[in-house]
Amino acid sequence: MTDTTDTPSHMPLGLAQRGFTGVIQHLAANRAGSALSDVELESRLIELGFVEGARVEILHEGLVGRDPIAVRVDSITIAVRRREAMAIIVA
Amino acid sequence: MELPLLHLALVGTPNSGKTSLFNALTGSRQKVANYPGVTVERKEGFFVTPVGRQVSVVDLPGTYSLRGRSPDEEITRDFVLGKATGETVPDLVLCVADSTNLRLTIRLLLELKRTGRPMILVLNMFDIANRRGITVDVERLAKELGVPVVTSIAVRKGGTADLLALTDEISAKLAAGPQKNSWRALSVSELRATQREADRIIADCVSLPASPDTWTARIDAIVLHPVGGLIVLALILFVMFQAVFAWAQPLMELLNSGFDALGELVHNTLPAGLLQSFLQNGVISGVGSVIVFLPQIIIIFLFILLLEDFGYMARAAFLMDRIMGGAGLHGRAFIPLLSSFACAIPGIMATRVIDNKRDRLTTILIAPLMTCSARIPVYTLIISAFIPARDVWGFINLQGLVMFGLYATGIVSALAVSFLIKFFMLRDFAPAPFMLELPDYKMPRLKSIAIGVYTRAKMFLHRAGTTIFSMMVLIWFLASFPQPPAGATEPAIDFSLAAIIGKALEPLLAPVGFNWQIAVALIPGMAAREVAVAALGTVYAIEGGKEAAEQIGQVLATKWSLATALSMLAWYIFAPQCASTLAVIRRETGSWTWMGVTFTYMLVLAYAASFVTYNVAVALGAG
Repeated sequence: MTDTTDTPSHMPLGLAQRGFTGVIQHLAANRAGSALSDVELESRLIELGFVEGARVEILHEGLVGRDPIAVRVDSITIAVRRREAMAIIVA
Repeated sequence: MELPLLHLALVGTPNSGKTSLFNALTGSRQKVANYPGVTVERKEGFFVTPVGRQVSVVDLPGTYSLRGRSPDEEITRDFVLGKATGETVPDLVLCVADSTNLRLTIRLLLELKRTGRPMILVLNMFDIANRRGITVDVERLAKELGVPVVTSIAVRKGGTADLLALTDEISAKLAAGPQKNSWRALSVSELRATQREADRIIADCVSLPASPDTWTARIDAIVLHPVGGLIVLALILFVMFQAVFAWAQPLMELLNSGFDALGELVHNTLPAGLLQSFLQNGVISGVGSVIVFLPQIIIIFLFILLLEDFGYMARAAFLMDRIMGGAGLHGRAFIPLLSSFACAIPGIMATRVIDNKRDRLTTILIAPLMTCSARIPVYTLIISAFIPARDVWGFINLQGLVMFGLYATGIVSALAVSFLIKFFMLRDFAPAPFMLELPDYKMPRLKSIAIGVYTRAKMFLHRAGTTIFSMMVLIWFLASFPQPPAGATEPAIDFSLAAIIGKALEPLLAPVGFNWQIAVALIPGMAAREVAVAALGTVYAIEGGKEAAEQIGQVLATKWSLATALSMLAWYIFAPQCASTLAVIRRETGSWTWMGVTFTYMLVLAYAASFVTYNVAVALGAG
């Protein structure tokens, strides 16, 4: 997906607080600074259910740096680090 | 008419209940091996269908797609495509789904369909889905997917009856000849399209209740709490180690006295001589000293499998991710390192769950520093012989404190080594992502756990019966030949090959306070750490007569200085004394270099630690 300009209400999931709920707008793998290539990161996110339109909620946070986060994605819970969650643009 | 053997393959995402279905279908009729050239565990089982068809079923590694981004996932892909070397193309693929969580499996199934293999979708854990108010229109789902769908409850007796019937029905009309395979790696946009398609089908066929599983949410509120969660984790680990040491004790004593009695029986039945000595000192006491650990191995694997089945292990990785990240370790390294407290071999094999090469290598290199159960007999022996059982500060047992110190030193050194590796050797690798499904909690399935523990216990006994047995025979031989000349007054072992080797090594080991008897014991100890105890027994028993063997500890207390004993403890924290571990490292890393690196760094650490310990102790007057 291309890196579209965010409207004010769009933000990366990686910056959201615990308790945040929202809907995935698009994926921007080039924003994450992940060790994975953009294509690989995007593929893995999709395989774990992070697709446009999915409802997400941050359920839990780790102790150090409030990282990683446990995210409810529709009907499943996925643990990711905030670094990778930067690729998930939500509103 | 004899029906040909039917080949089934189980494919599914991690946590889909694939393994419990596999266990339900096959019971204990399982064969565990490795795929050729890789150390991916190959689990095959056998069963007979209602119409009497013989079936072989392979439990393939869990995967979210056929892209094959790790050795495990490549095996699954190649196996389904019929490209795995030396494997039969499966006649029928069973795609296993957790009925409470269909999204990811349906997407995988849509991808699998392109391979053209005959397939069944198995909606596993269907009872749990029903209880949660999830309803599935099975007929419609089958029609939309174009694949037969069957429900199953792997954990219930008869819960797989429908699946067996459908397998018979389909295999009776399986078309001969190759099917058309149109699978190729999906691009990102195709991947997204299949997920959309899967979501559409699920929306049409499945109705989900408004609220998710409340039990999982309630447990996670405590277990994943940033602070509370770590306390719970510490408590679980405490109970686990308590169990390994305290609960196993009576059983271990029972086994010990059993082997003693057996040795006694041999001693009394056979005439004194070589055969008697071989059976009693070489075979029975040698193999017995290893089998004594069976209760501990069973308990530690029982805990690991229970926690895994319950769904806790993924949570532990979540909690530890950043904490271990400080030392350059991945959250997923937690489980392999935890297993390494039982034995580094399953621990190193469990690093397969880490898909980043650097993280995996670091974990493999430090896994042997975790105090494995094979070190326990050596620690116990030396501590009980040299450390007084008195209380310090009124309530802490000094022996227990030393034991704790040995464990802590192992852990701290492992973290330090990991940090150094990150800092100096592999620093150009960027940190790998941590992405893990946190499955809903499930009641552990006792049958599955029992089969898992049984398989591991069997592997351990097999090792005791082969490697360790042959090493014991070798050490007995070295310690018994050549026999002393007639009329010799010195102990017989002084004339043996063992003494010659030990005395040759003595100058090298003298700076760390080891005598030649220790050097002799360390040689078979290279095969397996715990053998050193039996070897010390053999060395001193043959030297001092039968009474000595029964009280190795007391003998050591009279023959070693405290400094030597402490030096030996320090040596055992680090020394790379396990041929099997080194062999596994060679296999898992696919390189002699990394095996050599592990061996060398551990040996250097061991020598340095012993040298410092010995000299400090001597300087303090313990020499």
